[in-house]
Parts: sequence; C-alpha cells; structure tokens
Amino acid sequence: MSDPVRISDQNVSRVAPQGRFSRHVRGTHARGGLVVQPRMGFADLDTMRKGLLAVRAAEATGTGTITLDSYTRVNDHDSARQALRTGAELNGFPLVAHGPEATRELLDAVSGPDFPVQVRHGSALPYPLFRAMVEAGVDATEGGPVSYCLPYSRAPIREAVEAWGRCCELIAAQPEPMHLESFGGCMLGQLCPPSLLVALSVLEALFFREHGLSDISLSYAQQTHPGQDMEAIAALRRLAGERLAQADWHVVLYTFMGVFPRTPVGSFRILEESVRLAVRTGSERLIVKTPAEAHRIPTIAENVDALEFAASIASDEAGRTARTGATDSGIYEEARLLVDSTLELAPTVGEALVRAFGQGHLDVPYCLHQDNANRSRAYVDAAGMLQWAEPGRMPLRVERTASRRPVSAKGLLTMLGFNERRFDREHLTHGHLRDLQYAAPDGRRSLS
Amino acid sequence: MSQVMLPAKRFVVSSVSSDAHMWNLVFLQLLLEEQGAQVTNLGACVPDDLIIEECRRSRPDALVISTVNGHGHLDGLRLIRRIRSEPDLLDLRVVIGGKLGVRGTENIVFAEELALSGYDAVFEADAGIDSFQEFLGTLDSAERTEIEPARAAA
Repeated sequence: MSDPVRISDQNVSRVAPQGRFSRHVRGTHARGGLVVQPRMGFADLDTMRKGLLAVRAAEATGTGTITLDSYTRVNDHDSARQALRTGAELNGFPLVAHGPEATRELLDAVSGPDFPVQVRHGSALPYPLFRAMVEAGVDATEGGPVSYCLPYSRAPIREAVEAWGRCCELIAAQPEPMHLESFGGCMLGQLCPPSLLVALSVLEALFFREHGLSDISLSYAQQTHPGQDMEAIAALRRLAGERLAQADWHVVLYTFMGVFPRTPVGSFRILEESVRLAVRTGSERLIVKTPAEAHRIPTIAENVDALEFAASIASDEAGRTARTGATDSGIYEEARLLVDSTLELAPTVGEALVRAFGQGHLDVPYCLHQDNANRSRAYVDAAGMLQWAEPGRMPLRVERTASRRPVSAKGLLTMLGFNERRFDREHLTHGHLRDLQYAAPDGRRSLS
Repeated sequence: MSQVMLPAKRFVVSSVSSDAHMWNLVFLQLLLEEQGAQVTNLGACVPDDLIIEECRRSRPDALVISTVNGHGHLDGLRLIRRIRSEPDLLDLRVVIGGKLGVRGTENIVFAEELALSGYDAVFEADAGIDSFQEFLGTLDSAERTEIEPARAAA
C-alpha cells in the first residue's frame, strides 16, 4: 500500500486492549480488518441463538449483537414476560424477562474470544438491566446518560446521569469489566450536526472514565456528506486521543440511521459508502444496516448478507491507496469548544451535562425531551453538508447567509429523506450500472 | 396539503409507552401547526396515564397517536381500551398511525382490531399522509364521522 498515512495511525489508543470485546475489535484492526456488527434481536431464545450462530458463521469478521425489545428498554419487564407467555410479537430480545441464567446459557453456546457479543438496548434508567447483564456475563453494551435519555425516554436527565453513574460503577467493580460504548455520536439518527455528535460522544466517554471505566468506545453515525463525515471522525479521534490517553478506546461507525433508501441498490450503496468511510477513517468497528431497513425488521439471512457485503467492501477498500477527501469546516474546533465549555460548568462531567442541557448550552436539534432546550436547528445545505441553521443558546458562531425561515413539515421530510433520494436515484433511474458514486472531492481542502 | 382548517383546532400528539421514535412526532406537529392547529406534543415513550391526563386537561379536538417501533398493535390496543373505559373520554376522537407491527406490509392485519377497539381511524404507514389529511378534513363537521375500519386502514 502506498503512502498517505491513514488517519488512524495518528490517533489510536496507546493502552493495550483490556476486555474480550476490545481485544477482538482492536486485534482485528491491527491486522488491517474491520469488525462488522449487525443489529439483531429476537424475542425467543431459539431464534436468537440461530441468529447469533448465523452471524458467527458469516464470511466476515464480526461481533454478535443482541438487541433488546422496547418493553425491556423502558423497564416494563412485566409486559415483556406477558408477551413471552402469550407469544405476542416483540421487536427484540427481552433479556431481563428471560433472566440472567438463560441469557448466560445462550451466550455460552454462541460467543467466544473471536465472537464476543454486545447487548444493545436504549434504556435511560438501565440499572436493573445492567445487573442482569453483569450476572449473565455479557461482553459489551452501549448507551450513555445523554444519548439514551434525550432521544429515547422521558426520564429527567439528572436521573439518567445518576443511574448511568451507578451502572458504570457496577461494571467497574467486576473482575472483567464489560466494554461500554457511548451512543453519543448518533443523536436522533440524523439532522444533528457533526460537531455536537463528536462533542457528546467525547463527553459521555469522559463520564464513563469519571466512573471508573477504561474499556470504552466512541460512536459516530454516517450523515449526509462523506467528506464532512471524514472530517468529523478525524475530529473525534483527535479529541479522543487528547482526552482519553489512559483509556483503551476505539471508534464505532454506524451506517446511516435515518430515513433509509427503499431500493436494494440504494441500500447497498449507502452501506458501501459507510464501509469505505469506516476504513478510510481508521474506524475499528461498523454497525451495518440491511436493505430491509426501510420496510421492517430484517431477517437473519438479510443481516448475514449485509455483513458479508460489508466485509467484502472493507477488504476492497483496505487494498486501495488511502484517500482523503475530508472537508475542512472546523468540526474539531467546534466540538472542542463544546466539550471544554461544558466541562467548565461543574466539577464533575455528570453535573456539567445536567447544567449544560438545563441552560441550552448543549441543545440537540428537534429533540422533544423536556430537558432539551429544542431551540437549535440544523439543515442540509446545497452541497449536502449538515449545517447549523440556529444555534439556540449554544456557544457557536453560525453564519446567517440568508434569512432562513422555520422549516415546514414538507421541508423537514425533504431533509430527512436526503439520503433516501441520494441513494435511490440510481435504481429509480436505472442508472445503477454507471460508476457515479465516488466522484473526486469537490475542491474542498483535504486533511492531508 | 390543500386543507385549511378553521383556527384553534387543538391536538395532542403522542407516541405510545414503549416507542422512542421522535421524527414522526416532530413532522406531525409541524404539519398540524401549518394548518393553524395548536399542538401539545407529548414526545416519545409516553405512559398511558400521562396521555389520559393530558386529554382530560386540554380536551383536544383529537388525540393523534403515532408509532413506528412495531409495538403499536400491543401498546396502541392497551391504550385505546384504557381510554374508552374512561366515561368522560368515550367521545374523544383518537386516531393511530405508523408501523403498527413488525411484519411490514402485512401489518394491515392489526388495523381492524385497533379500529374495532375504539380508534376513530387507523393509518398504516404504507397508506401515506393523504388519508390522515382526509381525516383532518372531517374534524370541521360537528359530529364524529363514522369511518369504516377497512376503508380507513386501506
């Protein structure tokens, strides 16, 4: 491979991998690979086991995923138990209702050093769940006091901060602490500008550190512009390198989480773009989506297909000359400002997060949670980059090039559907045999 | 989107108890506000009690439930049974829409039960927004319009 240094070579964790999950992910990266991971959760033990075994057998270096159902997320374990009794359809695996023992048996049957399993949930007040996961010997989980509170719950952020602090300390007290990933880089899936995603991912990682954890990862979700995403992930790695020097950390990229392309070509194309983005930015792990995404919960086979496709693109991209194409729009500086000015608000990270949201100093666009100011607004510009339209009370300088009117319902749908149109266009115009996707950078300055 | 409503129609927009999705709620609020309505948006993961309390407090012209996590056929059913068991909420207009199950286009099987259990209309995601706009048009008539479940869901 020839010259330009991949971004990861500059900003990687200097601490040896700790737990089994991290050893697998960082070990794969050290060998030039990308760990790919599905989103997968089934209500009954047998289907869940089959799903995990199918992922394990896939032609891809993967990790397993157990996604929990919505009742378990909101601690409504009685409804989950009732659904198991009556056979009602759940949208994921009810871990607490199944219990730690059954979950441990499941994990013992499917997981190993080369196939650790992460439990994905979405719970703002997850202490009962964390107790069950610790008891079941789960390798890894994810979330955070902001990222699982504001978008997914009605819990006051102060309660979420308190609960997540206890959860971190519970993990830290174990002989083999679970890996914990911040979901902060994925707020609302779309229309949150990259600087805030990066800042929240770093702030949650600092919160985990404050509560005794050193085996962690930071997330970022693919947005609307590959160059801007490259810049954002480079900023995330740089900040992580600066602020998490004593931690074992890596970066996980999420394939776009918003309104998904509806055509098979479009959905594979957006997945392909995210795989190349992951490899080019030195991201260690990727969470994929499938062509079924726009329509329903994917089957086991669809998940395996998406993982194998992602693995083949990853190996293709790894064999190419490193390319940049990152924009230079000041994401690192903006994210650093948000992180530093938030930390100044209080002596602890947890209290600083509570105050920052209370004052609108951090403000997630469009987020309806009662503890979010919801005064900031974002838009997709003509070049496809995600920009601030209105910073609310956040300490950001926002250029007001034109008098922007408040977004209409139709305008919101248009912005939410930006990637759907961008990637479906090929299939819908039958142009999918042409090589349209990877045009040269549009003249913006690159990182190299 | 050509409907123009008389001013000051009031709506409560809400998710169901286990559904954390938010963009559908943001969109509905904008859509209703653009047509002159006042909207109380309860957001994601709303417990049944809170929805009932808010409907009692603000007596909206309609309660609009939107859910896309696939639990709508469970949570939505429990919610409407609770609402219709409250004598003072028997006449409340309540509609539900979104992805109501985990079966994609087959979710339509849930629509009839939801309608029979007390929803004034059920909108499966594939039906698009036009049928919801049609429903909004009926709100200006004084009487609650009978909407056949099959037609409303189609």
